[in-house]
Amino acid sequence: MGLLGVLLFFVVTNTIHNLEARNIATGFWFLSQPAGFEIQLTLIPYSAESTHGRVFVVGLLNTLFISVIGCVLATILGFFLGVLRLSGNWLLSNIIYWYVEFTRNVPLLLQIIFWYTIFLKLPHIRDSMEFGGTIYLNNRGVFAPAPILDEAFDFVLLALALAIAAVWILRRWSRKRQEATGQTFPVGLVGLAILVLLPVVVFYAAGSPMEWQHPARTRFSLRGGLQISPEFMAMLLALTLYTAAFISEIVRAGILSVHKGQREAAAALGLRPSWTMKLIVVPQAMRVIIPPLASQYMNLTKNSSLGFAIGFGELMAVFGGISLNQTGQAIECMAIVMVTYLIISLAISLFMNWYNAHVKLIER
Amino acid sequence: MTDQMHSPSTWTPKPDRPPPVALTGALGWMRENLFSSWLNAFLTVASIYLLYSVIPPLVDWAFLSAVWEGASRDDCLEASGACWPIIAVRWKQLIYGFYPEVEYWRPILAFGLLIIALYFGLYDKAPGRKYGLWYVCIFPFVAYILLYGGVGGLEYVESARWGGLLLTLALGVTGIAFSIPFGIVLALGRRSELPVISMLCTIFIEFIRGVPLITLLFFGNVMLPLFLPEGMNIDNYLRVAVVVCFFASAYMAEVIRGGLQAIPTGQYEAAAALGLGYWRMMAFIILPQALRVSIPGIVNTSIGLYKDTTLVSLVALFDLFGMGRAINADAKWAALEIEIYTFIAMIFFISCFAMSRYSLWLEQRLARGEQR
Repeated sequence: MGLLGVLLFFVVTNTIHNLEARNIATGFWFLSQPAGFEIQLTLIPYSAESTHGRVFVVGLLNTLFISVIGCVLATILGFFLGVLRLSGNWLLSNIIYWYVEFTRNVPLLLQIIFWYTIFLKLPHIRDSMEFGGTIYLNNRGVFAPAPILDEAFDFVLLALALAIAAVWILRRWSRKRQEATGQTFPVGLVGLAILVLLPVVVFYAAGSPMEWQHPARTRFSLRGGLQISPEFMAMLLALTLYTAAFISEIVRAGILSVHKGQREAAAALGLRPSWTMKLIVVPQAMRVIIPPLASQYMNLTKNSSLGFAIGFGELMAVFGGISLNQTGQAIECMAIVMVTYLIISLAISLFMNWYNAHVKLIER
Repeated sequence: MTDQMHSPSTWTPKPDRPPPVALTGALGWMRENLFSSWLNAFLTVASIYLLYSVIPPLVDWAFLSAVWEGASRDDCLEASGACWPIIAVRWKQLIYGFYPEVEYWRPILAFGLLIIALYFGLYDKAPGRKYGLWYVCIFPFVAYILLYGGVGGLEYVESARWGGLLLTLALGVTGIAFSIPFGIVLALGRRSELPVISMLCTIFIEFIRGVPLITLLFFGNVMLPLFLPEGMNIDNYLRVAVVVCFFASAYMAEVIRGGLQAIPTGQYEAAAALGLGYWRMMAFIILPQALRVSIPGIVNTSIGLYKDTTLVSLVALFDLFGMGRAINADAKWAALEIEIYTFIAMIFFISCFAMSRYSLWLEQRLARGEQR
């Protein structure tokens, strides 16, 4: 302990001395200074006159944005690959095996830069690759139709919220009835119908309050529509493909962990295969799948900081990179970035602990 | 026996008829594994289409239409495939970085010593392993003396001139070699009954695991100079190596802690009943068992660390990947990123795949021991 104290004293005195020698004033005053640089992707209003504090918020939102989209896509792809790997089709499971091995064993940074290079090598915007006249691909990214929402679109969102509430009530009611009388009710099908039909009906009743604005070819360029930058595409593609490979292995291990006897017992009780899957296999597999899945989400969020390498405007790149260089406030910037990542990680691991306690086997 | 078979009163079964052609051989195998149901047949057809649309263009690019010999970029302009001469021209930098060419024997010798160390460290039936393990322990120091030089007539090669695969391996091996003992200390510390020690270890581990490696590398690069007295300057490689070592230790500690948790309490109690103190109990009873359980996890963490060394290219070190990016900047060989990245990816894939196969093999062997 004494040694640690001496070390701490040594570090602090050195730092103060060095900061004085370099004329760096400590403190967080710089957060209210104008930043003076542009960021490509901003989810909230931002301009070059905005402050460094604003830069931090923009970066954080971008980090969360790409992490959430990446996690959703990686989970979907990973579950697909994991299940297909077990499908018993020799050819397909071998293809997936090699895909997983290759993606897992090549550094993520290399994959990100690889995809970025590919996107930059796409044709010039004049000769964009065209898909069905709606999506264009070129070296400035992807141009897709942008949804233009009317004010009346709020009604559709309201309808969606109502539908979700209705399905939840329906589920509770059907469970209660099943417990009381033993009769089952096809909640899945009816619920899906409510979820789809209600918003669709309201959508047309409100007079189709949404239009697609298609990107249009002008002489040398494309105008309008939704433009997704190559940086974002490269990050998303690399993060999704990389994490999906890990998730597919987690899913596979989870399904395999359910003992064969469980399926046989379910069959002996007369459960249909779909019920066996829904009531016996999936709940037990999920208990094995969720903890490592959460740590993959954590990894993906941390890996999004590699956007730094290709200049994607996430937290590390804009705040830990550009802001740090412009203000010279190394200690403050890095401390803020690290604490932010720590909080995100802690939030995910708190959720994981809560979930583990929630699904833990309660043994008598 | 023969009498009985020929006697009319005894019933003799006819020899079995051969199974239907459709259930044996290649046809039967295909029926079972590729076309067992409509869904399965559809998946097979889709897979074949996928392979058809990916493999031929890839083979064409990498081999058939590729240029293998040439002196400059111009030799590749007509070909539609890969331009491999760049690898032939640049492979020395990719492997050794800026290491002086007359001294190449030193990295080669160090690599040879590494192979021997791996053999003794990873293969537990190696003859003379008892002494081999001592060799494994002194190997990192020998390798560093060999690479740095400056003693015994060896020319001093400062670390700024290291690069390429040499730097990647140096960082990876250092990180792994340092992280195992330090990870054990951290893991024991986290499970310690002394609250201060346990708290310090927990904070250290959770902090490092909670932030991305790149922020730690930045921390090392930008902030370590601020922490040290003026004039005292440690070189870039050393700063990064320190960060990588701490980073790896935190992850290793969690793997080892998992192994420690798998040891039943009875083992601790039995050791205590024999009169062993804490250190002896750990050294002779608990750790040998715990490490054995956690070897697969240790190997997996090592793979992750080895891949993560590519991040040092973002703090101006020229590891294998950083070297590849630097080569791209050469105007004479412009726009050949894909070839270089493919080459680097293959190096990483082969080494990491080998490590993961080793881990799998070991896991199966350990499982066999448990089954008995």
